[in-house]
Amino acid sequence: MSDHLFHHHTSGLPKAFSVNKITRHNERAISIFLDGSLPGTQPGQFVMAWLPEAGEKPYSVAGLDPIRLMVVDVGPFSHALYNLNEGDRLWLRGPLGHGFEIQPEQHAVIAGGGFGIAPLYYLAMELLKNRCKVQVVLGARSAGDIIMADEFNRAGIDLLVTTNDASLGMQGLVTDGLKKVMAGQKVDMVYACGPSAMLTPVAQICRNAGVPCQLSWEAMMRCGMGLCGSCELEEGSGEPAGWLVCLDGPVARHD
Amino acid sequence: MPGPDLSCEFLNLHFRNPIVLCSGVIGTSVNLLSRAAEVGVGGVIAKSCSLMPRAGHPNPVTIDWGGGIINAIGLTNPGAETEVHMLKEAREALEPAGVPVIASIFGGTVEEYGEVARVISRATPHLIEVNISCPNVADEFGTPFSGSCESAAEVTAAVKNATTIPVSVKLAPNVPSIGRIAAAVVEAGADAITAINTMPGMVIDAEAARPVLANKTGGISGKALKPIALRCVSEIARAVKVPIIGTGGITTGRDAVEMIMAGATLVGVGTAVWYRGVEGLGEIVRELEAFMRKERYTRIEDMRGLANQ
Repeated sequence: MSDHLFHHHTSGLPKAFSVNKITRHNERAISIFLDGSLPGTQPGQFVMAWLPEAGEKPYSVAGLDPIRLMVVDVGPFSHALYNLNEGDRLWLRGPLGHGFEIQPEQHAVIAGGGFGIAPLYYLAMELLKNRCKVQVVLGARSAGDIIMADEFNRAGIDLLVTTNDASLGMQGLVTDGLKKVMAGQKVDMVYACGPSAMLTPVAQICRNAGVPCQLSWEAMMRCGMGLCGSCELEEGSGEPAGWLVCLDGPVARHD
Repeated sequence: MPGPDLSCEFLNLHFRNPIVLCSGVIGTSVNLLSRAAEVGVGGVIAKSCSLMPRAGHPNPVTIDWGGGIINAIGLTNPGAETEVHMLKEAREALEPAGVPVIASIFGGTVEEYGEVARVISRATPHLIEVNISCPNVADEFGTPFSGSCESAAEVTAAVKNATTIPVSVKLAPNVPSIGRIAAAVVEAGADAITAINTMPGMVIDAEAARPVLANKTGGISGKALKPIALRCVSEIARAVKVPIIGTGGITTGRDAVEMIMAGATLVGVGTAVWYRGVEGLGEIVRELEAFMRKERYTRIEDMRGLANQ
């Protein structure tokens, strides 16, 4: 059996890290910075984060050196992560899945919805390293749910914020903001991350505009290895039938 | 010289090639079964279903530990009634390609096996595989029925009484004599044998001082399982006359050849999806064909059981 036949990522066993630093985004979202890296990880790939007794869940890599995870306190497992302290241990297996593809010197627009923006700041930094022009649209229900805007601002990235209730930035959906940013200029690639209800219209907007896009899908995940079938996207997503988020994605490219 | 003929007859069924998606891996929906068929496998086996829906075990449910993987998904399934609809639809979807659809069933009691077989038969799958060997639900159901000749035969008889569809009984590797168990289920009416299920194991994380799987133990599959599976299939092939679905650690076409040479008629692939993607299942078929061409085998049956002579 020769290993060159196996094109797949190797996840291996969970690797133990310690929490180095925790920063707070709002009353229920934090970023956890660990004491190490996972070399070779692409923005858009994910890890399975494990806390013995609490469980294991997929998290987008929100930064690599050191590893950063964005945690929103929405369920029992994320609550356990949310309650970690500096020095506590956390295990990761990965990187898993296919991340975003980056081509140098392109004009890229990034769209992020709600709390589904974890990988996008890291993506923006990688795009800048590759001499891309980067514009970002972040959308949420209300001003308090817009996170990481400060970081994009500090990096000097052109940022448009949309809120449903007009409490911050432009009133409307993130897709309205995306249309506005794309109008009247040549865009080479749109990157999007957020709930399914946002990604399907983003793909439509890009198709209409003749712009390729890369969508990062979310799903309930169990094995993370393409075996159990839990993360199959529902029909109507726009991806091929039987598309598995963990194995085929999480990033899907539409040209 | 014409190319090798990969097609094979299994009981009353025709398969375009001997590679089948084995139970437990991506067999959860019509679209996923269709996807396996589209990349070229000869048949598909759905994930095991029980009478009532099951959520399965909490995460972590799988780990790649290096020599293979370990899993304890916990027989997640939507229950037999829902499974009937899925299987019917899958049969219709895969009919044009001539890809047989095989159901897999399990139960907590002998009677429940019969009951699930009765319900699932309404979907008229081409074959019913009887999973009496899942190593991951012992906390709920006790030692698997595959553990003794008597219990294995009892389940087989109950299923045979409940259906007219041919039945293949899936055996466990961790028994003193798998040949004797195979003989007992054939005596009880099994039309075929599937071997093997995963091998019970445990992976411990030293820093955490805990088993990694939430279920603590799981079933080993992938590379480490292959030599164990080959030995079991070889023993079964020498013990009984019924056809065998050989499965366990098959990741390449060459692995499949070895399994056929151990006596298998069909070869199940599952964990290979992790190593090679869904497309990899089709590559296994093409590698099998390339091997036959190179070694001048014209038919699958010319290789069957060669290693047992």
